[in-house]
Amino acid sequence: MKLFASEKQEIPISDHFKPDGSRWTLKEKLLLGLSFDDYRKQLVRNPLNWLILIIFAIGVPIIVERFVFGLGSVTHGSNDYPWGLFLAFGLFGMVPLSASGFMLGTTVELFGRKDFHPIERLALLNGLLGYFFAVIYLQVDLGMPWRLPYPMVVSLGPAAVLFLVAWHVATYLSVQIAEVLPSFFEWIGWLKGKRMIRSMVLCLTIAGIILSTLHQGALGALFTYPAGKLHPLWMSANFLWIQFLCSAVFGGLSMLIIVSTLSKWFLAWRCDNQFLDSLDKLTLGLAKGAAFAMITYLGIKFMAIAHDKEWVYLFTGWGQYYLLELTIGVVIPMMLFAFAVRNGNAQMARVAAFISVFGVLWNRINTALIGFNWHMYQEIPHWKEVAITITIFTLYLATYRFILYRLPILYAWKGEK
Amino acid sequence: MKNKIINRRSFIKGGFGGTAATVLSLKSARAAGDFDHYPDSMGVIVDLNRCVGCRSCEAACNKEQGLPEPEKPFNDYSVFDAHESGGHGGAGRRTDETRYTVVNKYELPEIDHPLYRKSQCNHCLEPACLTSCFVNAYTKTPEGAVIYNADVCVGCRTCMIACPFYIPTFKYSSAFSPRIMKCIFCYDTRLKEGRPPACVEACPQEALTFGKRVDLLEIGRKRIRQNPGGYVNHIYGENEAGGTAWMYLSPVDFGEAGFDVHVPHEPVINFVRDFLSIVPMVLVIWPALFAGFHLLANRKEQNKHHHIDGGEE
Ligand code: SF4
Ligand code: SF4
Ligand code: SF4
Repeated sequence: MKLFASEKQEIPISDHFKPDGSRWTLKEKLLLGLSFDDYRKQLVRNPLNWLILIIFAIGVPIIVERFVFGLGSVTHGSNDYPWGLFLAFGLFGMVPLSASGFMLGTTVELFGRKDFHPIERLALLNGLLGYFFAVIYLQVDLGMPWRLPYPMVVSLGPAAVLFLVAWHVATYLSVQIAEVLPSFFEWIGWLKGKRMIRSMVLCLTIAGIILSTLHQGALGALFTYPAGKLHPLWMSANFLWIQFLCSAVFGGLSMLIIVSTLSKWFLAWRCDNQFLDSLDKLTLGLAKGAAFAMITYLGIKFMAIAHDKEWVYLFTGWGQYYLLELTIGVVIPMMLFAFAVRNGNAQMARVAAFISVFGVLWNRINTALIGFNWHMYQEIPHWKEVAITITIFTLYLATYRFILYRLPILYAWKGEK
Repeated sequence: MKNKIINRRSFIKGGFGGTAATVLSLKSARAAGDFDHYPDSMGVIVDLNRCVGCRSCEAACNKEQGLPEPEKPFNDYSVFDAHESGGHGGAGRRTDETRYTVVNKYELPEIDHPLYRKSQCNHCLEPACLTSCFVNAYTKTPEGAVIYNADVCVGCRTCMIACPFYIPTFKYSSAFSPRIMKCIFCYDTRLKEGRPPACVEACPQEALTFGKRVDLLEIGRKRIRQNPGGYVNHIYGENEAGGTAWMYLSPVDFGEAGFDVHVPHEPVINFVRDFLSIVPMVLVIWPALFAGFHLLANRKEQNKHHHIDGGEE
């Protein structure tokens, strides 16, 4: 695509009209303004597409197997570890990394920080896709996926934490769709719809904050049910939900740094100058936010251990593992972030963001799988479970790229808006 | 029959939608832990001193509940030595989709014969499975059973995560009609009519005693009093997880007989209350707070000190 973009001046499409004054059709927009042949050539040339194809070739049949022969055919079907990788990674990991949407929404729309505008849409899209795919992971994991709406309409158990998660994720998904729609409306040229959403943006943003605060926290609170099964260092009846919420703040910000970095590296043809020129500065802004959230997080972690008087556990093997998680996952990226902000070094902030996203995922996996049933045995996921997890993640990346190629996320639409 | 089953959840029904309702419901939920709702509810006390490991209860349960025939027949005692992975606290068999109850053997140096422990759902007074289920699939009946409704279950398996005794199991083998499988105290076939469950009736040693929970506690205390050397002075289940309908007496420390002695002595829902109590606050305070922030920020648009910490708490 990079090649075409540098050859043809009408590409990439960022206006309703071609240079000769005629209108792009929807089909042309979908094909990125290329002829069908060129589009295919472009697909075939990119080695990444081949990798995606291989992953799908292996993964899709396994997903089919799961739905035809049951969960037991692709996982260990463990009664001791009812939740495996699909939820540990897909739900508990993806959701905090998708907190970027509500944070940037708040920053720009509520706090009036218009300077973050160039990455606001990317943040919203990152949020939407993350949640959407978290639901896909959930659908793979649910025993009866066709009953997904049951907690909403058929049988309500409102006193359960998962009830809150279900409702909030569902509502928040719609909020996020509404928040991302304006870019879609610009792209297809339906301005009325855009204005409609524009008028609701404040409500949507506030709804986003409330819903996010609660369900990010609720995901943590879910692990207070197995109070005795989770290792005491990770378990905290009082603080676990704040820890999840707080780590979602830096998780989401770091994820945004990563996707914006990847966009800059691989999709530069699609970014406009406003995005490219302001990115370093904005990255440092995000880094600053993340560093603050990390300090807060460490404080809460410390409080939780002090409150439950768990210092002795720190001197066991589990304690060392716990400290390792905190050091690599939080302390090091926090110092890198702080250093980056002080020296205006956006590159370093990017390195920190990669580590910090890894740290958040690691924390969720430690909570859901490794520290869970700590007095029993550790379960190693079935390889098919890993394969499905990777396949869905690949689908996530492919969808992400598909949208970024087209909608005005990384660039401002030039036509009427 | 239907309306005789008072849905216990109605006590803590509130909903995260209605904020006031949630506050109220949390209050009643708290109160719920403090007294026994069904004072006449039934239970079983299992005496490890009497159990000989004959597996009659397993066989009876299998028949009563129409469970699939096991690989090894119930009079095959080699199952005690097979160290399947999965039992908590080390080796031992656990409940699964083919068996609602299992007996495990424990050889202990201080006593000359092995100990056997039957495990099944303990039918908690404040069941974790029930309180964690988001579609209300579980019901605690006035008779004491914790029963499950497969018609509304979504298969999220949170109940399995929440149960402190690792009891509910999932029918992983089925793609189209999976469900939770767990002991239901023979509710629909027996308990409802006041009859003892199949496993209790099948026990040749009277290791299992069926009765009102309050009476069983008396019986347990009496046995301990009359034979203080033969029992440790504790009834497992009296307070574990906030109290259970099935309880145990043991001659050795419960930990040695494969029990999880770290199960907290309060209902699991207590650990979740901290979070539940902030929900109404967030719902009420956040909108005003952030709308206020918005007004402030718009007034001093120029304020450059604002750093980006959007959602930070
Ligand atoms: S033992 Fe487990 S499954 Fe049985 S009632 Fe208690 S929490 Fe529920
Ligand atoms: S698996 Fe079924 S019964 Fe268990 S918590 Fe989920 S919906 Fe409720
Ligand atoms: S009470 Fe009934 S369902 Fe439960 S273990 Fe005994 S026979 Fe099985």
